[in-house]
Amino acid sequence: MLLSLVTFLPSLGALALLLLRGDDAASRRNAKWIALATTTITFVASLFILARFDSTNPGFQLVEQRAWLLGLQYKLGVDGISVLFVLLTTFLMPLVIASAWDVEHRLKEYMIAFLLLETLMIGVFVALDLVLFYLFFEGSLIPMFLIIGIWGGQNRIYAAFKFFLYTFLGSVFMLVAMVVMFGQTGTTDIPTLLTYQFPSESIRILNITVLGGMQTLLFLAFFASFAVKMPMWPVHTWLPDAHVQAPTAGSVVLAAILLKMGGYGFLRFSLPMFPVGSEVLGPLVLWISAIAIVYASLVALVQSDMKKLVAYSSVAHMGFVTMGIFAANQQGVDGAVFQMLSHGFISGALFLIVGVIYDRIHTREIAAYGGLVNRMPVYAFVFLLFTMGNVGLPGTSGFVGEFLTLAGAYQANTWVAVVATTGVILSASYALWLYRRVVLGDLVKDTLRTIQDMTGREKLIFAPLVAMTILLGVYPSLVTDIVGPATQAMLGPVQDAQAAFEAQTQVAQVEEGAGE
Amino acid sequence: MSGDFDVIRPETYLALYGILALLAGVFTIKDRATPILLWLTALVMALMAWWIGARSGTDVAFAGSFVDDGFSRFAKVLILGAAAVVLLLSQDYLTRQNTLRFEYPILITFCALGMMIMVSAGDLLTLYMGLELQALSAYVLTSIRRDSVRSTEAGLKFFVLGALSSGLLLYGASLTYGYAGSIDFAGILAATADGFSLGLLFGLVFVMSGIAFKISAAPFHMWTPDVYEGAPTPVTAFLATGSKVAAIGLLARVVHDAYGMVAGDWQQIVAFLSLVSMFLGSIAAIGQTNIKRLMAYSSISHMGFALMGLASADAFGVQAMLIYMAIYVAMNLGTFAFILSMERNGQPVTDIRMLNMYSRREPLRALALLVLMFSMAGVPPMIGFFAKFYVLRAAYEGGLTWLALAGMVASAISAFFYLRIVYFMYFGEEREVLDRRMTGVNWTVLMVSAAVMLLGVVNLFGIEPLAAAAAATLVN
Repeated sequence: MLLSLVTFLPSLGALALLLLRGDDAASRRNAKWIALATTTITFVASLFILARFDSTNPGFQLVEQRAWLLGLQYKLGVDGISVLFVLLTTFLMPLVIASAWDVEHRLKEYMIAFLLLETLMIGVFVALDLVLFYLFFEGSLIPMFLIIGIWGGQNRIYAAFKFFLYTFLGSVFMLVAMVVMFGQTGTTDIPTLLTYQFPSESIRILNITVLGGMQTLLFLAFFASFAVKMPMWPVHTWLPDAHVQAPTAGSVVLAAILLKMGGYGFLRFSLPMFPVGSEVLGPLVLWISAIAIVYASLVALVQSDMKKLVAYSSVAHMGFVTMGIFAANQQGVDGAVFQMLSHGFISGALFLIVGVIYDRIHTREIAAYGGLVNRMPVYAFVFLLFTMGNVGLPGTSGFVGEFLTLAGAYQANTWVAVVATTGVILSASYALWLYRRVVLGDLVKDTLRTIQDMTGREKLIFAPLVAMTILLGVYPSLVTDIVGPATQAMLGPVQDAQAAFEAQTQVAQVEEGAGE
Repeated sequence: MSGDFDVIRPETYLALYGILALLAGVFTIKDRATPILLWLTALVMALMAWWIGARSGTDVAFAGSFVDDGFSRFAKVLILGAAAVVLLLSQDYLTRQNTLRFEYPILITFCALGMMIMVSAGDLLTLYMGLELQALSAYVLTSIRRDSVRSTEAGLKFFVLGALSSGLLLYGASLTYGYAGSIDFAGILAATADGFSLGLLFGLVFVMSGIAFKISAAPFHMWTPDVYEGAPTPVTAFLATGSKVAAIGLLARVVHDAYGMVAGDWQQIVAFLSLVSMFLGSIAAIGQTNIKRLMAYSSISHMGFALMGLASADAFGVQAMLIYMAIYVAMNLGTFAFILSMERNGQPVTDIRMLNMYSRREPLRALALLVLMFSMAGVPPMIGFFAKFYVLRAAYEGGLTWLALAGMVASAISAFFYLRIVYFMYFGEEREVLDRRMTGVNWTVLMVSAAVMLLGVVNLFGIEPLAAAAAATLVN
C-alpha cells in the first residue's frame, strides 16, 4: 500500500484544492499551504519507502498487484534503480511549490497542476506494468502542457504545442512497440518481460536486412520516445523553447524530473529488455551522446538568455547519461543514475537561481546583469556552488556522475570518451563565463542598484539543494550502494545476451567467408 | 411464426410507439405538448435499452432475415442510449430556435428503429430496409429547420449523396444476389465457401462502398462536414453518435456474416478505409474554426480507428471496435452537450475562437471539456486512450502492425486540433465571450461524460466482458 499511498497522496491534495472555493487572498494562501503540506507529507511518506527498502536485494520490492482490464495489471514496485528517482521527485516537489509562492495568476490551478504532475511522475518510476507506465508517462504531458501554456512567458503557446506534439509523437511509437510486446509475450508485467528474450534473428523489411531483428525494431520504437524525452541531439529542439517559456517552477520540474523519465526508460526497458538491439545500435547512441555533449556545450556558450544556456547545458549533461547507459557496464550505468540524480539537484537549482533574479529584474538576458556579488553575496555564493557542480568540480555531485560515465564509456569506446571529455572543458567555459558576466565585476547597471539579496524563503529553498549536492559529492556511495546491486543484476544477463549475439554473428561471418 | 414476432418484439413496440405518437400528434396535441413527448420518448428509449440489455440468447426470425444476438443487442443499447440522451439535450436548443416540432422526437424514434433493424439484419433486404428507414428519417431531421437555407441545403446534399450511396449499395446487392443466388447472409456465406467469383467481388466492393458512405469513412466522407454544419446541432449530435454505431455495426455484420469466408478480400478494403479516414480526418480538421465541422473531421478520424479494429477480421477486433464505439459515443455526447450550449447574445455560435479564455469564466465546464478533448486525442489516463489501445492490439493480432503504426502517427497529428480547443479555453486572451447560460441537462451530460472519461480508467465500467461476449456471437 505504501507505494500507492505515496503515488496518489499528491492527487488527493489536488482534489482538496479543486473543492476550495473563491479566489481571494485568503483562499490563495490556503491553496499554497495545502499544496506545500501535501508535498511535504508525501516526502515524509516516501522516506518510509527508503526505510523499508533492502538495498542488498536486487529485485523489485514493496510490490503491489491487482488485476486491471484486458489482462493488464495495476502493479507497483521499486528496485535499486527506481527508488532514488521516487525520492528525488518527492524531495524536490516541496521546494518547487515553495518557489512558486509569489505567483498570483490563477494560483489554485497552478498548484493543482503541480500536484497532479507529482502523482504522474512518481507513477512513472514505480509502475511495473507496461501500459501503466505508459499511462503515467504520457499523462504527465497534460499538466506540463498547461503549466507552460498558462503560466509561461511571451512565446508560451508555441513552446507548449511544440513540447506536447514532439513528445507525443515520440511516445506513440513506444505504444505500438508495447502492443507488439504484449502480443508476443502475452503479458505486460515488467519483471516478467525483463527475463523474456525477444527474438534477435535478422529479418528483412523492404529488402533491408535488420540486424538484431525484432529487438532492434522494438529498441528503435522505445528510443523514439525516450530520446525525445531525454532529450538527445538531434531531437532536443523542443527543450530550449519549453524551458525558456516555462515559469520557473515548471522549468525546475522539467529539468530535474521529467527529463529523468527518458533516462529511466532507457534503463528499465531499452537496455535490459533489448540487449541485442542495444548492442546493434549502441555505438550509434554513444556517438550521438558524444556529439550532444560537445554540440550542446558549444551552443550554450553563445546563448544570451540565461535559461536557454542552462537548458543547453542540460542537453549536454543528459548526453553523459545516455553515454553511461549504453556503455553497458557497471561504472557507466551507475554513473548514469548518479548523474541523473545529481543533475536533478544542480539543474533544478540553476533554474531557481535564474528565477531569483528574474523575479527581481524581469529579464533573463545575461547582458542586463553584472556585478551582482556586490549587492547579493549569499546569492553569489549559492550561484558559485551550483556553477561548480555544473562544471563537475570534485567535491560536488556533478563530478562523480561525469567521472563514472566517462570511465564506463572509456571501456566501451575510447574515442567516444575522448570526445565527451572535451565537453567537460567546454562546460567549464560556458558555466564560468556565465558566472563571470552575471555575478562578478562592478555593479554598473542602474536597474541593479537596488536589487535585494535572497530572502529567507529563498535561502530555505536552496539549503536542501546545497546540502544534497555536497553530500553526494563527498559521499557518493550513499547512492551507489543502493543502485549498484540492481544494476549489477541487470547487466549480467545483458552482457551474456550481447556476448552470445556477437559470437553468433562472428560464426555467421566465418561461414559466409568459408562459403565463398 | 409467433416465435418470429417474439424475436422482433422490441422493434415492434418501438414502431407502434412511433405510430401512436404520430397519430396523437397529428390529431390532438400538435406542437403544444412536444416537450412532454420528447421526455416520454427518451424514457421509452431508455426503458427499451434496459429491456434489450436484459435479453439473452441468439434468435433468428423470418427464416434468418432478422437476427437478435449479443452483438446486435450491444449496438442497440448504445444506439438507444445515444438517442435518449440526444433527445434530452435537444429540448432547450430547439425551443430557442423555434423548431421544436412534435415530429422531431418521432423522427428520432423512426431513425433509431431503422438503426436497430440495420444491426440486426440477416439478409440484404432487411439491411436495405433498415438503412433506408434510418437514412430517410435522418434526411428530414437534417432539414427540420425549414426556414433556414443552411439546414435545407444540408438536407438536400445529404439526400442526393445518400441516394447515390444507396444506389451503389443496391447495385452491389443485386450483383451479390445474381452470383451467389441468395440474399440471405447465410446463403452468401455458403456460396463463397469454395471460391469467390469476380461478380461477387464486385458486389462486395459496392456493398462496402455504400456502407462506408454511411460511416463517413474516407474517401466517402464528403457529405459529412457540410451536413454536420448545416443540420441543427442536436441532429448533428445524433448523426455523430447513434448513426455511426449503427453503420459500423452493419458493416461488421455484413463482412462477418455474409463474407466471413473471404476475410482476406474485405480486410484490405477495411484497412484502406481505415488508413485514409484516420489521416484525412486528422489533417483536414487542423484548419477548421467551426466546431461542428471540426467534430465532423474528428468523427471521420475516429471512424478510421474503429475500422482498424474491424480490419483485424477476428473476434477480438470486433470487441475492440465495440469498445471504441462505446467510448466514442460517451465522449461525443459530452462534447455536443457543450457545443449545444455555446451561445452568444442568445444566438448559437460555432466558432471555436469564441472559447477564448473560457476557463476564466467557467472553470469547471472548461475543465470538463479539457478532459473530453484529451480523451478524444487518446492521451492517458482518459479512457479515449484505452479505446485506441484496444484497436491497436486488435490490429497487431490481425497482422496489421503497419496500420497500427500509421494510426498512431495520425493520432499524433489529430492531437493538434484537440489541443487547439484547450489552447483557446486556457491560453488565449479574453475578447468576445460566450453566454454563461447552460441548462441543467446539458451541464449534467457534460459533467457525467467527463467523469466517465476519468473514472473509466479503473475498469471501463465493466464494458469489456460485455463487448467480448457480443463479439463472440458475431464471429465464430
